[in-house]
Amino acid sequence: MARISLKVNGTSRVIDTDPSTPLLYALRDDLGLNGPKFGCGLSQCGACMVLLDGSTARSCSIPVSAARNRNITTLEGLGSVARPHWLQKAFIEEQAAQCGYCMNGIILTAKVLLDKNPSPTDAEIKKALDNNLCRCGSHLRVIRAIKRAARERA
Amino acid sequence: MDAKTISRREYLKSTGALIVSFSFSGPVSRVLAQSAAPASVEPDATSLDSWLAVSQDGSVTVFTSKVDLGTGVITALAQIVAEELDVPFKQIKMDVGDTAKTIDQFSTVGSRTIERGGPQLRQAAAAARLELLKLAATHLETPVEKLTVSDGVVSVAGSSEKKISYADLIGGRRFNTKITATGTGWDLKVAPEVRAKDPKEYRIVGTSVPRTDLPPKFTGEFTYAQDVRIPGMLHGRVVRPPVVNSKPQSVDENSIKNISGIVKVVQEGNFLGVVAETEWAAIQAARALKVTWSAPTTKLPANPDELYAYLKNTKSFRDQVAADKGNPEAALSQASKTFEATYRWPFQLHGMIGPSCAVADVHGDKATIWTGTQGPFRTRKSVADLLGLPEKNIRVIYCEGSGCYGRLSTDDAPEDAALMSRAVGKPVRVQWMREDEHGWEPKGPAQLLTVRAGVDAQGKVTAWDFMDRSFPWTESQGNPLLASKQAGLKPTGQGNSNGTGGGGDIYAFENQKVVAAGIPWQHPDPTPLRTSNLRAPGELARCFASESFMDEIASNLGVDPVQFRLQYLSNNKRATEALLAATKKAEWKERASPAAGSSGSKAAGRGVAMGNRANTITVSVAEVEVDKSNGKVAVKRVTLVHDCGLIVNPDGLRNQIEGNVIQGVSRTLMEEVQFDATGVKSLDWVSYPIITFQEIPDVEIVLINRPEMPALGGGEPSIVAVPAAIANAIFDAVGIRLREIPLTPQRILSALKA
Repeated sequence: MARISLKVNGTSRVIDTDPSTPLLYALRDDLGLNGPKFGCGLSQCGACMVLLDGSTARSCSIPVSAARNRNITTLEGLGSVARPHWLQKAFIEEQAAQCGYCMNGIILTAKVLLDKNPSPTDAEIKKALDNNLCRCGSHLRVIRAIKRAARERA
Repeated sequence: MDAKTISRREYLKSTGALIVSFSFSGPVSRVLAQSAAPASVEPDATSLDSWLAVSQDGSVTVFTSKVDLGTGVITALAQIVAEELDVPFKQIKMDVGDTAKTIDQFSTVGSRTIERGGPQLRQAAAAARLELLKLAATHLETPVEKLTVSDGVVSVAGSSEKKISYADLIGGRRFNTKITATGTGWDLKVAPEVRAKDPKEYRIVGTSVPRTDLPPKFTGEFTYAQDVRIPGMLHGRVVRPPVVNSKPQSVDENSIKNISGIVKVVQEGNFLGVVAETEWAAIQAARALKVTWSAPTTKLPANPDELYAYLKNTKSFRDQVAADKGNPEAALSQASKTFEATYRWPFQLHGMIGPSCAVADVHGDKATIWTGTQGPFRTRKSVADLLGLPEKNIRVIYCEGSGCYGRLSTDDAPEDAALMSRAVGKPVRVQWMREDEHGWEPKGPAQLLTVRAGVDAQGKVTAWDFMDRSFPWTESQGNPLLASKQAGLKPTGQGNSNGTGGGGDIYAFENQKVVAAGIPWQHPDPTPLRTSNLRAPGELARCFASESFMDEIASNLGVDPVQFRLQYLSNNKRATEALLAATKKAEWKERASPAAGSSGSKAAGRGVAMGNRANTITVSVAEVEVDKSNGKVAVKRVTLVHDCGLIVNPDGLRNQIEGNVIQGVSRTLMEEVQFDATGVKSLDWVSYPIITFQEIPDVEIVLINRPEMPALGGGEPSIVAVPAAIANAIFDAVGIRLREIPLTPQRILSALKA
C-alpha cells in the first residue's frame, strides 16, 4: 500500500492503495467517481476512459501510480445535470443513448476530438470513435449529438 | 422521475409511509447506502395502493416490477400513467423493480412491456382517477359526471373556481381501495371494468417526451447496478475457466498468500470464488488462485460442422407447430418446381458492454440483492432456491445495469454474490470480468433451418414446409442458473423453446407448415455454451431462412422480390402497407434479383425482408456494397418501416429502431461464438468482434402509427428482418446466396471464387 496523490477534476485527492491498482478502481472505489466504467479491462471497449492531461486514456489498463502528477478528468469533471457541459447538453438534446454504459468513453473521446477539430465531418467523428464500442446501437445519435455540439458550442 | 434518488426521499418524507430509506454517508460522496426496511404492507394486486401513491406535493409514485433496460420503456410507462391520471408528466415518479414494493408483472422481456405492462398501469391509473373523482365529488358537492381534471386538479365543469388538487384530496394518505385483478404476470388484468381514456384525447401518450434517465447517464450521476455501494461491502470475483465446468479437486490457497486484503476463498460444490477487501485484490486473486479441476464429463461439439450435424441428427424433444394448413407434402409432389435450402445460425452473444454485476447482503435467514435483473421476482426465486430460504425473505432491488438484450433474464451475478456474502457474513459486490461474461453468459442458441417449397406452373407458391431445429433456452423454466448448478442443483427440464415466429407464417400459402423443433441441450455439467433468450429469440434465424428463401424463389422465377411477397399478403393489410411504405421510402425499383453485374471491383445491391414479432410488423430494405476483391460488405443504408399499433413515444421508438438495425447488422456480418469440444474461445472483443462506428449504416425510419390499435412492443421487432435483407442485398449485388451467418468477407470471397 502507498499514499498516492491524484489531481482529479481540478482537485487534489490522496488515497491509500496498492500502486499497481488500475486507475479505474482507484477512481471508482476510492474516490466514488462512477463516470468511468469497467467494460473489458483490456483496453478494447472504451467504457473506462478518462482524460489524462487532456488526452483520452483507458483507466482499466493504467496503474494508479502512473497517473500521479497528471491532470485527470472524468465524465463528472465536464458537467452535471444541473450544469451540463455543452457537449453533454447536446447528447441530452439528441437523446443520444440507450443504456448509456459506454457513454463515458464516447463523450470524453468526443471532447478531445472537438478540442482539436471544432467542426468534424461524419467520417472524422466515426474514425475518432472507432475504438469505442456501443452495443445498444446509439452510434447515429452520438454522431448527431457531436455535430450539434460543434454547431452550438458555447 | 428517477425515484431512486432525491425524489424518492422527498416522497417518503412527504408521505411518512416509509418503505425504504436512503442515506449518503462515508468518505465517498456517491456512496449509496440503503436500509432494507420492509414494506409495511405486502404488495397486493387488488389494492390500489400497491400500484401508485399520491404525495402531498402532488407527485405520483408508480410501483412497477417492469424495469428499464436502457430502452426508455419506463419513460413510456410514465407517459401512460400521466395521461390516464391527467397529471403533468414531470409529476410521475417511477419506483421500479423492488420486490418488496411491487406486484410481479413478469420479467421485462419479449417486447411485451408496453403491450402488457402498459394496460396494467393504465388501468390502475384509471381506477385511481375514478377514486379521486369520487373524493372530489364529495368535497365539491358536485356529481362525478360534472368534474374535469387538468394537471392533477379536479374542477367543476363551467365553474373553474370550484376545484381541488389530487394532493389536497389524498396526498400522503392511502386510497384503501380494492380493485379487481385477475391472472398473474403479464396476463394480469387490472381493473378491466374501469373505462380508460379514449385514445383520441391523448396529449401525453404519442409525444416524444425526453427520457428521464438520460441526463444523469451523460454526466456520471446515474447509479447503475455497477455503482451500488453498501457500507462494509467487500468485493468478489468468480473463478471459472471458460471450459466445461468440472469439480475443483484441489485449491491451493497459498497461491494467493502474497496478495493483501484477501478475505476468503469460497467454495460451494463446484462453485469457486474469491472475496477480498478491494476489487483489485479480488481480481488478482481470482487470476492467481491455483486450482486443479477434475476432467469434465461433458464434451461439446468440436466445431461448427459437428454442431450443425448434431442439430440435424438429434431427435427433438418438442415440436411446436406455428402454422399447419393443407397438405404441403402432397402439394410438393404436385408442384411444377420445387425448392429446398438449409440455413445456419451460430451461437451469438448478448454482449453486454458492462459485464454482470450484483451486490448481495445475506445476513441470517434474510438477503437483499441489488442487481440489473430483467426479472426481479425471478431473481428472488433463484436466490431463494440457492440459499434454501423462503422467497419472502429475499428482497431484490433493481438497479439498471448495462444494456442486456435478454441476458439478464437469467441474471447470474446475484447468485454468485449471495453465495459469497453468505460465506463471509458481509455485503459482497461481484462483477464478472470480460472473459467471464463472454465465456459464461448464456448464449443465443444455434439454429439449423430447412425450408422446402413448391411452385405451380403459374409461378404461385403452393407448398411451404419450414423446419427450425434449435436449442432451447437451457437457463429457463425453473432450471438452475450457473452458480446454482455449480452448487449442485439439478435441471428439471430441457428449458423454454427458442420461439416459433418468423418461419414464413406471415404469408398466406395454401399448404403451409412451420415447425420449431427443440433439440436437447442440457448437460450434466455447467457448460459455457449454455443458452438463453437473445433479443427476438430465434426469430432472426427463422426470418433469415424464410426471407432468404422467398428471395431465392422470386429470383428463380424472375420476379421482383416485393411484388412476389405482396401476392401472399393480400389478407394482411398492415403487412402490405408496411411493405409498400418501405419500397416508397427506399425508392425501390421494381426488377428481379440479382442486379446486372458490375464490372468494377465493387457491386451494389438491395434486399428486402419483413418480420412480425409480437404482432409488430417491420420491413427492412438494406442497401449494400460488396467489394469483390476482398469480400467485404458495407451496409450503406437500411430503411426500416415499423408498425407497432399506437405509438407511445415516437423518438423513443426511433431510438430502439436505430439500435436494433445497428445491432442487427453486427449480428449478421460479424458475430459467431468460437468454441471447441471443451468450451468457448471467444473471450474478448477481438475474438468476438461487434460493429464499430466506421461500419454503421444510415438508417431511414418510417413509423406507421395506428391510434385505433393497442400499443405494441418496439424493443425487439425491428432487428428481426435485418439479416435477411442484408443477405438478399448481397445476392442482388453479386449473385451469390449465403446461407450461413455471419456473412463474413471470407465466406463471401470463397463463394465468389466457387
